[in-house]
Amino acid sequence: MKLTIDWLKEHISTNKTEAQIVEKLNSTGLEVESVEPRKNDLSDFLVAKILKVEKHPNADRLTLCVVDIGQKELVKVVCGAPNAKNNLLTIYAPPGAIIPKNKMKLEISKIRGETSYGMLCSGAELNLSNESEGIIELNESFKKKIGKSYFNSNKGNVIELSITPNRPDCLGIRGIARDLSASGFGKLKEYKIKKTKQKNKQSLKVKIEKNKSQACTIFGSCLIKNIKNQESPDWLKNRILSLGLRPISAVVDVTNYVMFDLNRPLHAYDTDKIKKEIIVRNSKKGEKFKALDNKDYVLDKDMCVISDYDGVLGLGGVIGGTRSGTELNTKNILLESAYFDSEITRKTSKKLNLDTDAKFRFERGIDPNSIILGLAKASEMIIDICGGEATKIDIQKTKRPETKKILFDANLVSKTIGIQIRLNEIVKILEDLGFKIKKKRKDLEVEIPSWRPDIFGQIDLVEEVIRIKGFDKINSIKPEKERLKATLNYTQRHFHLAQRSVASKGYLEAITWSFTDEKINKFFLVNSKLTKLVNPISSDLNVLRNSIYPNLIYYLKKNIDRGFENFSLFEIGPSFEGREPGQQKTVVCGVKTGNVNEKNWNEQNRSIDVFDIKKDVMQTLSELGLERGDIIIEDKTPQYYHPGKSGVIFAKKDQKNILAYFGELHPNILKELDIKTNAVQGFEIYLDNLVKYKSKNKKTKSRMNTSDFQKSERDFAFVIDKSFKSQDLIEIISNVDNSLIQNVRIFDVYQGENIPSDKKSVALNVTIQSSVKTLNEEDLNQITKKIISTVEKKTGAKIRS
Amino acid sequence: MSEIEKIKNQFFSKLEEAKDLEKLNQIKSELFGKNGIISNQFKVLATKSDEDKKTFASELNTLKNDLQIIISKKVEKIKIEEINKKLENEKIDVTLPERSFRIGKIHPVSQVIDEISSIFSEIGFSVEEGPDVENEYNNFTALNTPKHHPARDMHDTFYLDEDKKTLLRTHTSPVQIRTMLKGKPPFKIIAPGRTYRSDSDQTHSPMFHQLEGLHIDQDISMGHLKGCLNYFIKEFFEIDKIKMRFRPSHFPFTEPSAEVDIGYEIKNDQIVIGEGNKWLEILGCGMVHPNVLKNVRVDHKKFQGYAFGIGIDRLAMLKYGINDLRAFFECDYRWLNHYGFDPLDVPTNYRGLSK
Repeated sequence: MKLTIDWLKEHISTNKTEAQIVEKLNSTGLEVESVEPRKNDLSDFLVAKILKVEKHPNADRLTLCVVDIGQKELVKVVCGAPNAKNNLLTIYAPPGAIIPKNKMKLEISKIRGETSYGMLCSGAELNLSNESEGIIELNESFKKKIGKSYFNSNKGNVIELSITPNRPDCLGIRGIARDLSASGFGKLKEYKIKKTKQKNKQSLKVKIEKNKSQACTIFGSCLIKNIKNQESPDWLKNRILSLGLRPISAVVDVTNYVMFDLNRPLHAYDTDKIKKEIIVRNSKKGEKFKALDNKDYVLDKDMCVISDYDGVLGLGGVIGGTRSGTELNTKNILLESAYFDSEITRKTSKKLNLDTDAKFRFERGIDPNSIILGLAKASEMIIDICGGEATKIDIQKTKRPETKKILFDANLVSKTIGIQIRLNEIVKILEDLGFKIKKKRKDLEVEIPSWRPDIFGQIDLVEEVIRIKGFDKINSIKPEKERLKATLNYTQRHFHLAQRSVASKGYLEAITWSFTDEKINKFFLVNSKLTKLVNPISSDLNVLRNSIYPNLIYYLKKNIDRGFENFSLFEIGPSFEGREPGQQKTVVCGVKTGNVNEKNWNEQNRSIDVFDIKKDVMQTLSELGLERGDIIIEDKTPQYYHPGKSGVIFAKKDQKNILAYFGELHPNILKELDIKTNAVQGFEIYLDNLVKYKSKNKKTKSRMNTSDFQKSERDFAFVIDKSFKSQDLIEIISNVDNSLIQNVRIFDVYQGENIPSDKKSVALNVTIQSSVKTLNEEDLNQITKKIISTVEKKTGAKIRS
Repeated sequence: MSEIEKIKNQFFSKLEEAKDLEKLNQIKSELFGKNGIISNQFKVLATKSDEDKKTFASELNTLKNDLQIIISKKVEKIKIEEINKKLENEKIDVTLPERSFRIGKIHPVSQVIDEISSIFSEIGFSVEEGPDVENEYNNFTALNTPKHHPARDMHDTFYLDEDKKTLLRTHTSPVQIRTMLKGKPPFKIIAPGRTYRSDSDQTHSPMFHQLEGLHIDQDISMGHLKGCLNYFIKEFFEIDKIKMRFRPSHFPFTEPSAEVDIGYEIKNDQIVIGEGNKWLEILGCGMVHPNVLKNVRVDHKKFQGYAFGIGIDRLAMLKYGINDLRAFFECDYRWLNHYGFDPLDVPTNYRGLSK
């Protein structure tokens, strides 16, 4: 919504400055978005000074002028005027300006081989005088205005407001003036209309059909005959221009003027183009019409149309049609001022994807009682400009507008805002805003003005009071430092810990979209439902991510393409399993690629492998409170992992509960996505599963048990089946005697010479210690023998001698 | 001069001159060897008369001790000198790079969420969450935004089905609804999280982060709202003086509603938050609308309170001077490294928010 101070002052007597008004508008909830100099067709014409006149090399009667237009750079203009001379103050038109005399748009052009950036103007070209021989000569007083617009002096600014959807009344200047007046910024002027008696009845029949959910409940109209439609006078053109609209003709400009002045949309029909009578009815499916935006629309069933015997004339509350549109030669018009239901109008425009000023206003709610005022004002203005006679106003009505009343307990004001406001101040504020108030015992009976469709209950009245009183009057109450509940719950604590745990291992935390590219997502879609966005912002962000991997490897690739080779990224966030709320889980997902180190003078370098990623996962799980003994690892992983180089981690006590996956991503995926690196290692930790497991198996720190008796170490090497899992071997050895075997560590795995090709040699170091005595040689031999025999028996392995 | 004094003078200077262990050992055997000078003097001691014996013995013992102390000190000194000499040859270029290490980083949004949570923790708020996929009821209808209301236009919504029943939440406010439906007042929560709107340009991103705040109890008024946000803004920007204004606005789920602006100025092309004469909008807030309370079955005659919504990404940009919102989600290695935070830099109440 745009306004100018001079227009505003037609509704309010105020001596406040523009700056004060802007501040007040902000503090009453009418947010000022910008204050900018008023634009019109002539804004571009600047006061300029010729610094130097040179001869045109190729033409005797032309000169090259170097012109100061108040900017850093001087401009060169080719000029044909005999009076061009050094230090002359004149008017400059830049490229893009439209010359008033011939309506031509100026462009940068070459004149006899010399480029001219704009033009110096004569009085005739600007319609200022008939002088066309030379350029305008301005007097010395313009020296201070070089670079300023010649025509724009003292015209003031255009203030642009961002009006919230609850305030349709402020889509009219009068509504804004009312708010300012209630805030103590001056008296709201009476809205004056000349009183003339129309003798003739409106002779064009108007009928509102009784249809199912008929949007139109009131249709007011009057005929104006024998007008001479024409260009609007300058004052009206300027008003229209200040709204950012183009002046068209007096009739159209007046309807626009009234719409912005009173927030009362009107429509003018050329009566001579209407066949017989006006029927307001619901559309039939497939009906067509050409709207004023020059587009053809095919209507659905039950849209509100204004029609005649030949069909649709316009879409009620949204847009008129070209068939009955007014033109400069229009003689007789019908002015429409109607009420259309906000919800139905909105539905219609949404369906047709048609956004207009009228629709914007009707969907927010138009004052049903402004119908007569709008018609009277518009016909008065049209007759003033175009002549003609108006008929009486005809009103067709199927429903009477209701008057809303609210019983208001004024104590709610102080209860809500925390400060006391006296009852008579509350009453005054509301009355100034147009509410009518009667005292009813303890309460107030408040009648809502018809232009405030946003007021439903008492709380709305509280807002009106404090809005006008000023939010700065509310006293700030210091917050209490008392905690009723822990800040983070058990899951959130783990989220926080996991996030920082992974980052501390050299990973950069990324935050990527929750949606992703279906083409990448498909590789990672396992046991989840694909969810497409109905209206994605682009086709490569068209599905909810079923895993964090798609985005993470997409950005991994981008970074590799930027020239980074060795890095780790992770994200902690949602991964979606379906379309319903709650079908999402929190996953910590990390990827790693390249070498362990950057090239370094004192370290052997190597590619990152699956045991690097496994270390990161295991350490993170350990930092999250899981012990090595709580966990088992298997090698069955989803299809997006390398089938031989990946693992799944379970809790021993709950083997349905997957805690994590880790491993190399499937090389085919890298190939498909053209990721130029040897391998990508990745992990996924399912935080919800982990927390579920942990909360079921909560541990406090156990008593510390240490033994001071001497410990011994023994080394073993077994030749065992290649496919035998080391995890199981360690488990078997540990269980030989849990009280004596403290630790089992694999320190070598060998395959090759001297070992059969289906076998491997695994070397282990076993720590043996008793908590009750020092073990002698005999004891140690016994346990050693037992280890060998148990392993051989249970696994088919052979001890290497 | 007695014999003892002679020995003393002679060997003290001899020891003084000795420069290496070999020489010292030689002197040592000269003195204390089987036929060494001191050993011989003990033999002389036996020949002395009883009268002389006492003084001679004491003088001889003193000399013997002194010499031994001097020798051992000398040995120590020479040994240290030898080590020092050896170390000199071991000198290396310590300006050569250390073995490599990698420092991970926490995303600025995560860091700011932790900062905000820490501040609100101090004044008794706890953290709640809700799903990213929401139903139309929780996201709009329950929040007093009926189906055909123009206020829905302010939210460009991503829908997940043609009937527009499920959607990606356009704000964190549905967490208010979920929290109040599952519990009983009082409520004092914040809810940070991802939010989605289908527009995308320099200043809008299809996904961004919001933090919802909700405090419902008996007699919670706009004064409390003002106090809470005042406290938060000062703590967050870690400056004492900051201008703040509440401007009436409109949100369907709060009434009265306000937007909060803070003062700033531009110094050397950078935004400086505080007392400048320009205003920057940073959050929306208001008193929870009675209709919302009705929808979640909270007695609005008995309970009332406020809610607010803060743009987390925007706050991060302001506090840490980050210009482009889009870059937050583009995962550029250089950007993450530059704007990210050390994982050990955990914002806490007792240590303070930032390093």
